[in-house]
Amino acid sequence: MPTFVYMTRCDGCGQCVDICPSDIMHIDKTLRRAYNLEPNMCWECYSCVKACPHHAIDVRGYADFAPLGHSVRVVRDEEKGTIAWRIKFRNGKKDMELLAPITTKPWGTGIPQLSDEAAPGSEMRDSELLFNEPKYVRMDDGGLHTLESNGLTLKEGVYY
Amino acid sequence: MAYKTIIENDIDILVAGAGLGGTGAAFEARYWGKDKKIVIAEKANIDRSGAVAQGLYAINCYMGTRFGENNPEDHVRYARMDLMGMVREDLAFDMARHVDSAVHQFEEWGLPIMRNTKTGSYLREGRWQIMIHGESYKPIVAEAAKKSADKVFNRICVTHMLMDDAKENRVAGAVGFNVRTGNYHVFKAKTVICGAGGASNIFKPRSVGEGAGRVWYAPWSSGSAYGLMIEAGAKMTQMENRIVLARFKDGYGPVGAYFLHLKTYTQNGLGEEYESKWFPALTEMVGKEYLDTEGQHLSHKPIPTCLRNHAFISEVNAGRGPIHMVTMEAFQDPHLEEIGWHNFLGMTVGQAVLWAATDVDPKYENPELTTSEPYVMGSHATGCGAWCSGPEDVSPDEYFWGYNRMTTVEGLFGAGDAVGGTPHAFSSGSFTEGRLAAKAACKYIDDGKADGINVSDKQIADLKEKIYKPLETYTVGRNEIVAGSVNPNYINPRQGLDRLQKMMDEYCGGFGVNYMTNEKLLQIGLKKMAIFGEDLEKIAAEDIHELLRAWELKHRFLTSESVFQHTLFRKETRWPGYYYRGDAMKLDDENWHVLTVSHRDRNTGEYTMEKAPCYHLVGDDEE
Repeated sequence: MPTFVYMTRCDGCGQCVDICPSDIMHIDKTLRRAYNLEPNMCWECYSCVKACPHHAIDVRGYADFAPLGHSVRVVRDEEKGTIAWRIKFRNGKKDMELLAPITTKPWGTGIPQLSDEAAPGSEMRDSELLFNEPKYVRMDDGGLHTLESNGLTLKEGVYY
Repeated sequence: MAYKTIIENDIDILVAGAGLGGTGAAFEARYWGKDKKIVIAEKANIDRSGAVAQGLYAINCYMGTRFGENNPEDHVRYARMDLMGMVREDLAFDMARHVDSAVHQFEEWGLPIMRNTKTGSYLREGRWQIMIHGESYKPIVAEAAKKSADKVFNRICVTHMLMDDAKENRVAGAVGFNVRTGNYHVFKAKTVICGAGGASNIFKPRSVGEGAGRVWYAPWSSGSAYGLMIEAGAKMTQMENRIVLARFKDGYGPVGAYFLHLKTYTQNGLGEEYESKWFPALTEMVGKEYLDTEGQHLSHKPIPTCLRNHAFISEVNAGRGPIHMVTMEAFQDPHLEEIGWHNFLGMTVGQAVLWAATDVDPKYENPELTTSEPYVMGSHATGCGAWCSGPEDVSPDEYFWGYNRMTTVEGLFGAGDAVGGTPHAFSSGSFTEGRLAAKAACKYIDDGKADGINVSDKQIADLKEKIYKPLETYTVGRNEIVAGSVNPNYINPRQGLDRLQKMMDEYCGGFGVNYMTNEKLLQIGLKKMAIFGEDLEKIAAEDIHELLRAWELKHRFLTSESVFQHTLFRKETRWPGYYYRGDAMKLDDENWHVLTVSHRDRNTGEYTMEKAPCYHLVGDDEE
C-alpha cells in the first residue's frame, strides 16, 4: 500500500519529505506538491501520513496483491498523546475505530539531560555499570549480575 | 564538482546510523563523556528512522528480574536453543544483564508499557516479551539521543569509514553525502559507533512490482552496517545465519502476539496439526540435543524457530498448504480482537491495510501464513554481524580485546544489527548494546588509544571522487542513447538490485529454490557476484536520490558477498528451515560447533575464513 498525495489537500509544506525514512516523498517541481516517487521502496510505515498537517496523504494497498476500495486512516496527536485509527473494509462490512496512547507524559518532559547529571567517579568508570545502574536494573539495591554472582562459567563444548 | 565539502572536525564519538542501537549510543555517551563531542550521522530523520520507525507493539527482550521472572542466563540459554547453539554467549549475557535498565528508563521517558493489573508487573506477551503502546517508541528514544548529542546530521548517507593514515587498522571517522543537498560530508572522529542496519531486499522478495517494498524488515535497512564495516576490514561472524520468517501472507504482519498472547495456532490446509509429524525426521537431521520432542515436552523448552519453519515448508511442499493461523476462536473475544488489530497498527500497518482490502476478518476467517524470503541481520532472532570484543569480566580470551563491542578495527564499535552473535536483542537489546559501546568508546579515548590520528587530504579527496562517480557515469553514458533506461555502459540501481536478488535467490538459498543450496551453486554464485562487482563500478545515478540507492546497493552487495562466503564455509545444515546445504544435510557438531569468522582484505578484496570456538554458559547445577 504505497502512499499517494491528494492534489487538492497538499500545499507543498514538505513535512512528509522531511520525515520519510525511505526518502521517497519528494516535491514535484512543476506542481509544487508532494508525491511518492518510488512506490516499490515504500514500507507503508505511515510516517508521512501521520506527519501531514492537512491529511493529504493516504495509502492504497500494493497493486500486486491488494484490491481497491479499502481505507486505513490515522490521526496522531502529540498534545493529547494519542493515535486514532479508522479501518474500513472493501465490502463495507467492517468499519473499526481504534484508539491508543503514544506517550504517558507531556512530550519530551520525562527525558533527562545527561550533561547535567553528576559525573561518574573512577570506580564507576572501571565497573561494568551503565548510567542509572545498578538501581535501574531491578529498581532495588541489588548489584549487577556477573558470572560469579550467578554461579556460571563459560566453557567450550556442546551443552544443552 | 559543484557539491560542497563540509568537514566536521574533532569529533570524539561519531554515531553512524541512529536506530535503536545508535540512539542508545548517543544517549549514554554523554554520561561518560561530559566534555566529549558526540555527533550523529543519520540517513533519514532520526525521529523516524531504522527498523523501529513505524513503531512496535512489544518489547521482545525484557528479563523482569525485578518481578522475579528471569535471570540473564535464562535468556542466553533460550537464545542458544533457538539458534541451534550458535551464540556469542558473553555478549548475550552482557546485553541481558543490562537490558532491563534500558526498559525501565523508557517507561520513565513516557513510553506506555502495559501492566498486568493483578500483579502490577509488566504485561507479558510471552516469557521474554512485554506489551507496549509503542507507536512513538522511536520518536521518544530519538529525543533522548538528541538531548545528548552535540549535533545531529539528518539525511546523511554514510558510505565509507575514514581510516587512520598514521596507524594501520584504526578508524578515523566516516564520510557520506547529504541526500537533499548532495553535499559531501566528512566526519573526522576518534571513534565510530556503527549503528547502521541489517539487510532487507538482498534476497528476491515474494512481492513483485509495486509491492517490492513490502518486505519484512524495513526496505531502508540496506545492509549498511555490514557494507561499512566489511569495507573497513572488520571481521564478521555468522553471516550465513540468515533468517526466514513465518508471517501473515503478503503483509508480513507479526505473529508473536498472536501465538503467545492471543493463543492462536497454525494448521494445514486440511485443518490438521502438522508440525509434530515432521519432528522424528528432523531429529535425525539435527540430533536429539537440538530436538527431543518428548524431552522438550517435559521441559517446556520451545522448539527452535528454524525447525518450526522446516515443518511449515515441508508441509506446503507435500501439497497440504496453505498453512493457516487459527484466529477464529480467539477473535470471538472482543478484547483479544482489538489487541489483534492494535498489534498491526502499532508496527505493521500494511497488514491491516491488506486485510481491509481483501475483506479478511480474522474473526470469521483464518488468515494464511507464508515463509518469507531470507534476511541478514543481527538483532532479531538471528546473529549476523561484526566479530566484537565482549566485556572484561565475562569474556574468555578469544572473545576479548580490550573494549566492549569494539570490532577488530581499532576505534570502530558496533550496536544492534552491527554486532554479530547476539540474537534476540531486539529493540531494547540493541539500545543496550549502543549504551555499552558508548561507555567503551569513551574509555578507549580516555586511555589515549585514539591519539595521533591523521587523515590525509588525499584520502578525503579520493573518497569524494568515488562517492560521486555514479553521477559522472550517468552524465557521460546518458547522451549515447535516445531515451530510456537501457544503456550498454551502465546499469541503474534498480536494475542492479534486481540482479543481486536473483543471484541470492537462486544460488544462495532463497524462497524460489525452497531455501536450498550447495557448494556447486555457491561457487557459481560467487563467480557471478565477482562480475557483478565489476559492473557495480559502472553503476549510474541520474540524481542524488539515485545516488543514495546506488550506495545502498553497494552496501547490500558487500553484505551478500559475505553471506555467500560464510554459507560456503559452513559445510553442514545447521538451521533447517532457514537454509539447507543440500550436499551436507545434517547438523555436524563434530566439525561445526564453532562460530564462523571472515575477513575481507581492504586492498585486495580477498576473503579468509576461520573457525572460532563456541563457548557456553554453564551453571553450577549442570557440571
